[in-house]
Amino acid sequence: MAEKVLELKHVNAFYKEGKKKRQVLEDVSFTLYEGEIVGLVGESGSGKSTLCKCVLGLLKEYDGEIIHYTKRPQMIFQDPFRSLNPRKTIGWILEEPLKVQGGYSGEERRQKAEEMLRQVHLLPEFYHRYPRELSGGQRQRISIALALLTGTKFILADEPLSALDVTVQAQIIELLRELQEKEKICYLFVSHDLDVVSMLCGRVLFLKDRKVEEYADI
Amino acid sequence: MKYRGTKLRQLGINKRKLGKTGYNFVFGLLLTIVMVGLIVLGFLWSPYDPEAMQGSVKLNAPNLVHIFGTDQFGRDIFSRVLVGAGSTLSIALGTVLIGGGIGIIAGAVTGYFGGWLDEMLMRVNDALAAFPSVLLALVIISIWGTGKYKVMLALGIAFIPSFARIVRGEFLRCREADYVISAKLIGVSTPRILFVHILPNILPALLSSLAIGFNNAVVQEAGMSYLGIGVQPPDASLGRMLSESQTYLASGPWCAIFPGVFLVLLVLGVGMLGEGILDRFGGGR
Repeated sequence: MAEKVLELKHVNAFYKEGKKKRQVLEDVSFTLYEGEIVGLVGESGSGKSTLCKCVLGLLKEYDGEIIHYTKRPQMIFQDPFRSLNPRKTIGWILEEPLKVQGGYSGEERRQKAEEMLRQVHLLPEFYHRYPRELSGGQRQRISIALALLTGTKFILADEPLSALDVTVQAQIIELLRELQEKEKICYLFVSHDLDVVSMLCGRVLFLKDRKVEEYADI
Repeated sequence: MKYRGTKLRQLGINKRKLGKTGYNFVFGLLLTIVMVGLIVLGFLWSPYDPEAMQGSVKLNAPNLVHIFGTDQFGRDIFSRVLVGAGSTLSIALGTVLIGGGIGIIAGAVTGYFGGWLDEMLMRVNDALAAFPSVLLALVIISIWGTGKYKVMLALGIAFIPSFARIVRGEFLRCREADYVISAKLIGVSTPRILFVHILPNILPALLSSLAIGFNNAVVQEAGMSYLGIGVQPPDASLGRMLSESQTYLASGPWCAIFPGVFLVLLVLGVGMLGEGILDRFGGGR
């Protein structure tokens, strides 16, 4: 059996509304393993984004256990035009996780960033560019590179394809697959597009009315 | 919300048609450079000693020897304008530095974290803002006494609320941005998120408000010196000179005109520069 990446045990999440608590997740349990792509689908209001926030550690008001077996999860955002800091160069953005980890010289950081650019099939010249000079698909590749540079094995992708056109979607899917195989990255793939989910994901987590309705192989 | 409600826009004139560089920015920058250049010159050299009195040339009209004329004590007005503008400028810069520095930190923290800290600091801010800034500065001066640095400090404190409010609004706008969440997930420290990730993104709005603040400080300093609670004689400042020349307005109008014009040009230059920065760099937000 592959190694576990993330495990949720009986997670209940609440939002406070004045003195009342409103439950937004009810007894959610599941496990993710390395190298798998799991689709997260459900209607709006079913608790998808709350689940994401809990998993990312952005929402702390929940009961139950969320266990990470890898470094902090990273996220790829829906809107590639907002997810990169507009005032910084791509190189600066990519080096940020290395600066946080510490222990790299400027030259080493640069090399690693350029290496990562190649790995997501972008030219090393992008190092000096600003996000505004890149297309949506290129920016999504930068987001993926940024996530990988933190050294995580778990990426949460929140509708990463919905802002892209179809040909670019296919390219990004290709890249996600490639990284899944090469780097054993596990994705939790949030999407409305069932075609993409059935094409990309091995398993699907279906949320309905705050509960896990189904968690099954495709 | 975009800070683009400029006067020209209200009149229905599209600035893009007036040239892509923006004449505000270019003209403002040029004027600021010239005025600041003159002031820097005044620090290094002036044609006469600005405090030397000469009985033989009292209230002389502008001539070739004294190009801006002389005042009631026979002091060279050109030299005094240069040196006086220097102290006006340094007080204004100090004010913006103190007010801006504390305002940015307070605004960043309150805007980013929100909650009870935000409530508390913003109520303090409201209390400060409820006083007219000159009045507040007056109170501070009457406690600590007069002097150049105390004027700076007093005006600086009085200016904190306006900066804090602007910065807070901008941080409030940015804190939910995807790139900030991304930085959080990477594990970037909070101070670094505040001042390295977010601050550069609010720079256009911040710089133009600093320019407006600078102008207000110049005018406030002049006002305070005019009232006699600012820069003390024999030191020169533009406000001080305006106040002293009041009595001689009929017999020697040049005593008031030249410091006044210098003040107007300095304020105009920086004001246009601030507006220009917003037009030029603030549009892509």
